[in-house]
Amino acid sequence: MSLDQRLAIGETIVLGTHTFGAGEIKAFAAKFDPQPFHLDEEAAKASVFGRLCASGWHTISTWMKYNAAAMPGIVERSKAFGEPIEFGPAAGIRDLKWLKPVYVGDTITFTRRALGHRPLASRPGWRMMTMENEALDQDGTVVMRFSTMVLMKTG
Amino acid sequence: MTDKTWAYEDFEVGRVIELGPRRVEAPEMVAFAAEFDPQPMHLDEEAGKASILGGLAASGLYTAAIFMRMMCDAYLLDSTSQGSPGVDVLNFRKPLLAGDTLNGRTTVLSRRVSSSRPGLGFVSVRHELFNQHGELVCELANTGMFLLRNPGAAA
Repeated sequence: MSLDQRLAIGETIVLGTHTFGAGEIKAFAAKFDPQPFHLDEEAAKASVFGRLCASGWHTISTWMKYNAAAMPGIVERSKAFGEPIEFGPAAGIRDLKWLKPVYVGDTITFTRRALGHRPLASRPGWRMMTMENEALDQDGTVVMRFSTMVLMKTG
Repeated sequence: MTDKTWAYEDFEVGRVIELGPRRVEAPEMVAFAAEFDPQPMHLDEEAGKASILGGLAASGLYTAAIFMRMMCDAYLLDSTSQGSPGVDVLNFRKPLLAGDTLNGRTTVLSRRVSSSRPGLGFVSVRHELFNQHGELVCELANTGMFLLRNPGAAA
């Protein structure tokens, strides 16, 4: 069985759907990104965004929440094609684009798609996998896109 | 005109802006992981030690969120920021461990005034975060949008 099958290369996996509420948008912003348009409806009206919207870091962190929840299923499925894969930490992010604000009440669907992988010379048994990830709003418009490089133990 | 300390004109190419210091405490790190990235190495000391991160280590997105807060506190909240369309590069170089103290800097690499919106400028920067041992933990490159202080003047 091939490593590509174990890692689901090329396959878009839908991770889940999340509706962003005002409370969570403000709570995240208060801790990490206290710009007025993430904290207060009235200030947001007067801002370039026009309405209360989530910090971009809140959007990508929520993508991770659904990605982490999907991991056990992805590991389980890999067993059909050999030894189970093991997720390690991320090495980096590339081309993170916040294409549209995520407004309060938006329902966002998160996806991931593994693009490829290469061996890590410094860590035998580990590979670096590249994934392209998206967030789409209720109209199917891509509101966020980014790539991640993740360490994977494949044996 | 603006009453903010930081407008487009203040981001001179080559200027270095200090970020931090910021001590990262285990409870906040673990709370973030529990909500957004509940992988064992981000939640539990023993699991962290057994992982390739070598200790209770932050989710990369927690590191990014802390960076955002450090940038907000250093200059962004007192600026004419109009947001950022994204992040080109984000590298995690060393694990951020519970109890670490981060310092950082933003370096202005280049800038230009928008041709379609003369009152708006784009500022391209590199951000670096270091731990208390002077090791590079995380680096980012992105472009932010800032209003000009004097849109009529030659910038």
